[in-house]
Amino acid sequence: MKYLSIVLTLLVAFGLSNADARDSIKIVGSSTVYPFATVVAEEFGRADNGFKAPIIESTGSGGGLKLFCAGKGPGTPDVTNASRRIKSKEVKLCAKNGITDITEMKIGFDGIVVANAKNGATLSLTRKDLYLALAAEVPCGIQDGVTCTNEYKTWNQVRSDLPNMPIVVYGPPPTSGTRDAFAEIALSGGCNEIPWIKKLKKKDKKAWKKLCRTVREDGPYIEAGENDNLIIQKLTANKDSFGIFGFSFLDQNKDKVKGSVIDGVAPTFDAIASGDYKVSRSLYFYVKNDHVGVIPGVQEYMEFFMSDDAIGSDGYLLDKGLIPLPESSRAKYQADAKSLSKLVLN
Amino acid sequence: MNNISARNKSEKRFQMYGKTAVLIAIGFLVILLFNIFSTGISAFKQTYIAVNLEIPADFDKKNINPRTELNKHFLKMFPEATTRTERRALLSLLSKGARYEFSELINQNKERSIQGYHWFLASADLDMYIKGTVKRQGDTAGRIDENQMFFIDKLLSKNLIELQANKYLLSSADSREPEMAGIRGAIIGSLYSILIAFLVSFPIAVMAAVYLEKIASKNKFSDLIETNINNLAAVPSIVFGLLGLAIFLNFFELPRSAPLVGGLTLALMTLPTIVIASRAAIKSVPPSIEEAAIGLGASKVQTIFGFTLPLAMPGILTGTIIGIAQAIGETAPLLMIGMVAFVVDVPGSPLDASTALPVQIYLWADSPERAFTERTSAAIMVLLGFLILLNLTAIYLRKKLEKKW
Repeated sequence: MKYLSIVLTLLVAFGLSNADARDSIKIVGSSTVYPFATVVAEEFGRADNGFKAPIIESTGSGGGLKLFCAGKGPGTPDVTNASRRIKSKEVKLCAKNGITDITEMKIGFDGIVVANAKNGATLSLTRKDLYLALAAEVPCGIQDGVTCTNEYKTWNQVRSDLPNMPIVVYGPPPTSGTRDAFAEIALSGGCNEIPWIKKLKKKDKKAWKKLCRTVREDGPYIEAGENDNLIIQKLTANKDSFGIFGFSFLDQNKDKVKGSVIDGVAPTFDAIASGDYKVSRSLYFYVKNDHVGVIPGVQEYMEFFMSDDAIGSDGYLLDKGLIPLPESSRAKYQADAKSLSKLVLN
Repeated sequence: MNNISARNKSEKRFQMYGKTAVLIAIGFLVILLFNIFSTGISAFKQTYIAVNLEIPADFDKKNINPRTELNKHFLKMFPEATTRTERRALLSLLSKGARYEFSELINQNKERSIQGYHWFLASADLDMYIKGTVKRQGDTAGRIDENQMFFIDKLLSKNLIELQANKYLLSSADSREPEMAGIRGAIIGSLYSILIAFLVSFPIAVMAAVYLEKIASKNKFSDLIETNINNLAAVPSIVFGLLGLAIFLNFFELPRSAPLVGGLTLALMTLPTIVIASRAAIKSVPPSIEEAAIGLGASKVQTIFGFTLPLAMPGILTGTIIGIAQAIGETAPLLMIGMVAFVVDVPGSPLDASTALPVQIYLWADSPERAFTERTSAAIMVLLGFLILLNLTAIYLRKKLEKKW
């Protein structure tokens, strides 16, 4: 009984004391931005600036924005990371909860690679090949507008000069931002190379989206969970299999896996930075401006993240696999960080 | 009826099935342990590079940038590094942590001169190569390029690279540089959570068990409660995480990611386990002892606290320790209350943001850096160590306190 009363008293006391503000920044959001944001957070905590290191949770882009938009005050996160741009739906949710002043920061790019074991064949794919190999429905026959369930089982059925290898692709599940981006950029991109489907986009956007972004579920595409290290283990075990993941994992496992050439360009650091490698996406983080000046260090963290030292062409995040922004775009976002310029979706 | 030899044969077959089952189970365990130990053991060693320092006693040690100063001395050892790429390749062999070690060295020798070779932390890429995790292919190895390999070969030929005990693993909290990452923060976070879980669940569970077993009258209602407690013990842990999120974070507004909330959530989870074990222990106390106490004039409360509980204690404690051991390995409920987070500082109180051991394992297993693979296994080894320790305590307590009737 004594125990119980002590514990209950403590609980109530803690509950009351929590009304005070925090002394470290809370960050949530994308698991793709997480490896970069954590490095910055650690450096920020170690730097001689009097601020504590931010606490970062990896919740996924969508989950992060949901927490971020839940309201203002120390109980809600100050910053959320995203591997895609904020949606207008999410801006509305934020506004509904009184958060109208958000600053958007773009930190760089991340390439999505289709990789296989180093001792396997190097494939030279096009986005159209990827679409035909991985979509649920593909055009069949010569007549426009006719689609049937994807029955391609080997790569040479997709395109005759590809090797006669079964299609085995490990990739992220639907909850992942990487999957969204892959479907959006690689599959839709390949889809649009078929003329009648491109026309369909103007006519019936919904049907087009369904046709171009639905990934097949009959076996060749295997959902491998969010753990990319696991995918790499599977690729080394079966040299005919391919995996879809972010460039940073390819970079860290260069001795085990290699990236396939897509649309004639190999996924190298320079090719992604210059935009020649098409399957890449932008990474962002969003800051709640109402928390600047309330939670110590929010704006300082922002500027710390956007500094040339971190994301510049020679910055320490490049070692972790981040592809830097072009000079002019970086300068724009650095200026935005200083002025806390308000996000306007167009 | 079968004849004797057929019956003997079936007896033999039956024994063999049993043996095979045990062997398969042991086989899986051995494979698991071998896998973890063979990858994890190398994480307890860490690659260091010797840097020749020449810092005179009268050198102004206050106004230096430790990074540039250390780099200067390192570059001086290799005059052949002339181009920018070569210098960068050479400097990249040192860890980011080396500069902190350097400034510590400077602080320890404020008035003295520092001469000769001193060991500094090497980068994780070099560490992986030295440990043989990443194999050499021509002049490259994984992320190590030709320029870096050139200097690595030079350092190796002069015996300036060495594997030493990894002092970061057990003494620091999480870091994004694998060579500097440790599990101290996670261990402290786990201990806080477990302590709070114990303080909350133990008294409540024991009192509930005593009431249900000794005081409450047996009727439909107490049957209902009993069934529900048994069901509760089988509820997936993530559900308790959601409950914790709803009660402690949303209603009580306790801080997110804090071991206090983690402990309370785990307490909810272990509660049914302890209640069930305690009831079984209380039930197994011989009624003759209680009846004797009542016969000698003891009240019900006196009987329970003076005889029943002390005699049931070994069983209760064993159940508690097993419940706590289950809680220490739990990740799912902590996910919901924000303890799956990147936390650089070792928590100073149950209110500071923190992770826990299994969460740290989960986070490292998901990190792109190769060097985290062995650290993941090392953290699993530490977690297994804790669990073995807890189970041994349970066995010890049972043997020590157990009374034979």
